Amino acid sequence: MDTLVAQLQRQFRDYTISLSPGFFGFLDDQFTELKKLQDECSPDFVAEVVSLFFEDCEKLIGNMARALDQTGNVDFSLVGSSVHQLKGSSSSVGAKRVKGLCVTFKECCDSQNFEGCVRCLQQVDIEYKSLKAKLQDLFNLEQQIVQAGGRIPQVDI
Amino acid sequence: MAVGEVMRMEVPTGGDLTVSSPDLHVLAVDDSIVDRKVIERLLRISSCKVTTVESGTRALQYLGLDGNTGASDLKDLKVNLIVTDYSMPGLTGYDLLKKIKESSTFREIPVVIMSSENILTRIEQCLKEGAEDFLLKPVKLADVKRIKQLIMRNEAEDHKTLSHSNKRKLGEDVDASPSSSSSSSSHDDSSVKDFPSSKRMKSESDIFSPFI
Repeated sequence: MDTLVAQLQRQFRDYTISLSPGFFGFLDDQFTELKKLQDECSPDFVAEVVSLFFEDCEKLIGNMARALDQTGNVDFSLVGSSVHQLKGSSSSVGAKRVKGLCVTFKECCDSQNFEGCVRCLQQVDIEYKSLKAKLQDLFNLEQQIVQAGGRIPQVDI
Repeated sequence: MAVGEVMRMEVPTGGDLTVSSPDLHVLAVDDSIVDRKVIERLLRISSCKVTTVESGTRALQYLGLDGNTGASDLKDLKVNLIVTDYSMPGLTGYDLLKKIKESSTFREIPVVIMSSENILTRIEQCLKEGAEDFLLKPVKLADVKRIKQLIMRNEAEDHKTLSHSNKRKLGEDVDASPSSSSSSSSHDDSSVKDFPSSKRMKSESDIFSPFI
């Protein structure tokens, strides 16, 4: 007979693993590094950092969109510098797929490939929103476990 | 342990640097809000006091290197380590490093550079200018722990050699500036500008301490 806590813990474990590089690759080991920094004194550290990251995504993607909107007068170095910043912050939180897209995006900026940039911008937008939804699900699972009186299992990515 | 024993001989009574050394106060400089949050936490969890600023210019303001009285002039806010991102708009981490090493008041403060790019010439350039170390982003807890150990060890070495150097310093023109920080160590070598002092300290301590 499986308790609710055990079921939730299993779901949590499976979900986390599905995000890891061996599966869908949404996250890499830097995410585990962030979890190491979370404790009783800073219990919401990871949630706070990823929240800042998603705000950063919105801001930077907005900058890129505006720069790419200047038809005939696109400043690719400006787009490139926003991509560089996004690459940096995605790396710091372990957002593997976003980071990977930034690499391609940067190449398009460097070669002043307008269509390529527009495509990358769309992909990056979709990707960060996907990750946001996934992490929300993950945090919800954590909350459910705690509310059911259980402990959140340690699952390294 | 060789280093510990030597220090217990040199340190005045009441001060055991290996055990009761005060927390390091670290000034962390990064234009990314995400990275500032992460580095702050990494340092706090490693028992450091942390001040974060978003640019090289703000860092200079904090130190008082922009000509005005800085916040860190207050005794208990004295900065023991500066950790800075390399690529920042305006003043880069490299520019900041140079300004700090050019300052007679602050050049003793170890500076660590962080960068997401593993460019050898960049690393060499920073080390040559006097950076203590170079960290590749994303920075991990192990990196911070390592840096902290390095800095604490160098601070201990400074205190050890200070009492040696006091005997040699008599009558010698070392550093003409009267505003030298009190933690300056035995720099009676005029070629000190080419090689960071902490690197020389490191090679001395390598002889003593295999405990890392």
